[in-house]
Amino acid sequence: MSFLVKTKKKLSRFLKVFFKKRRARIGIYGPPNAGKTTLANRIVRDWTGDAMGPVSEIPHETRRARRKENITITGLNGNSVDIDIVDTPGVTTKIDYREFMEYGLEKDEAVKRAREATEGVAEAMHWLREDIDGVIYMLDSTLDPFLQVNIMMVGIIESRKLPVIIVANKIDLPDASPGRIKSAFPQHPVVSISSLEGSNVEQLYEQMAELFG
Amino acid sequence: MQGIQIDLISEERLARLTPMEKIRLILDDVKQGNIVVLEKGLAPEEASRLIEVTMMEISPDGFSGIEMETYPAKEAGAGLSGLISRISGRQPGSRLTVIGPANQLRMIRKDKDLISAWISSR
Repeated sequence: MSFLVKTKKKLSRFLKVFFKKRRARIGIYGPPNAGKTTLANRIVRDWTGDAMGPVSEIPHETRRARRKENITITGLNGNSVDIDIVDTPGVTTKIDYREFMEYGLEKDEAVKRAREATEGVAEAMHWLREDIDGVIYMLDSTLDPFLQVNIMMVGIIESRKLPVIIVANKIDLPDASPGRIKSAFPQHPVVSISSLEGSNVEQLYEQMAELFG
Repeated sequence: MQGIQIDLISEERLARLTPMEKIRLILDDVKQGNIVVLEKGLAPEEASRLIEVTMMEISPDGFSGIEMETYPAKEAGAGLSGLISRISGRQPGSRLTVIGPANQLRMIRKDKDLISAWISSR
């Protein structure tokens, strides 16, 4: 490690102690069904033994931002970081209740889910503007990463100068192509994982301790 | 005559509007079933607010949101201007943007220099 990096870390630790900086709030963002809550559950379970929230194949299962406080993550090389994890609803520009009826929901239930989902997306955007210090941006590596909502969201995160890790999730699936995600966002660190199976999450923890510490 | 209205909004007109006026202009137009083409796209902060306001206006059997597509931002170029952009952290300018009702506008293909869209009538 270079002298400059060591000095920067020492200075950063000193300033945190001196100013009693609050724990960084790390938001898990991404489109619906990218696996955000599955990752949040894994992080919380791995480091506190608790759980964060339910998961479902029906989009917009998470319709309220949920925060789990005081998680200490330690990377393989001993770096550690104290954070709050904020699991957010999937971001989109459109929600139609009829989409939920295709999963077998009754109309009333689908309309209610759609209304809660729209409120959840608006809330997630508000968190990003006001209360988030760093972002894990989750993408399903079986899907096209060049969707407009991803381009917009990464642009918004960059404009706020927030540190971001792009996570290429679902690498356990046969159609996974994390290379596409790496080529779409070459300016940011990309970590390929399966949050369901837990493969490669140690590399993500290492990256989190390095970038958010 | 039946058809779809397409509004092409110039960079000059957009520059005269506040962020909230831009969002209102876009959403009011799109909710009437029109397609809006912005000569210059929204800033990230404006895009963030557009998503938020769009979500607040979605209603069952009414407005279901927007479809939006833009060219990827140009990379900061080589030479002095590119160097200044990189040093100053200035974002490359956003480019031509197409926005329409989610239930009428479908993007077929997007490249770095081509957006191909399909529009249906209501």
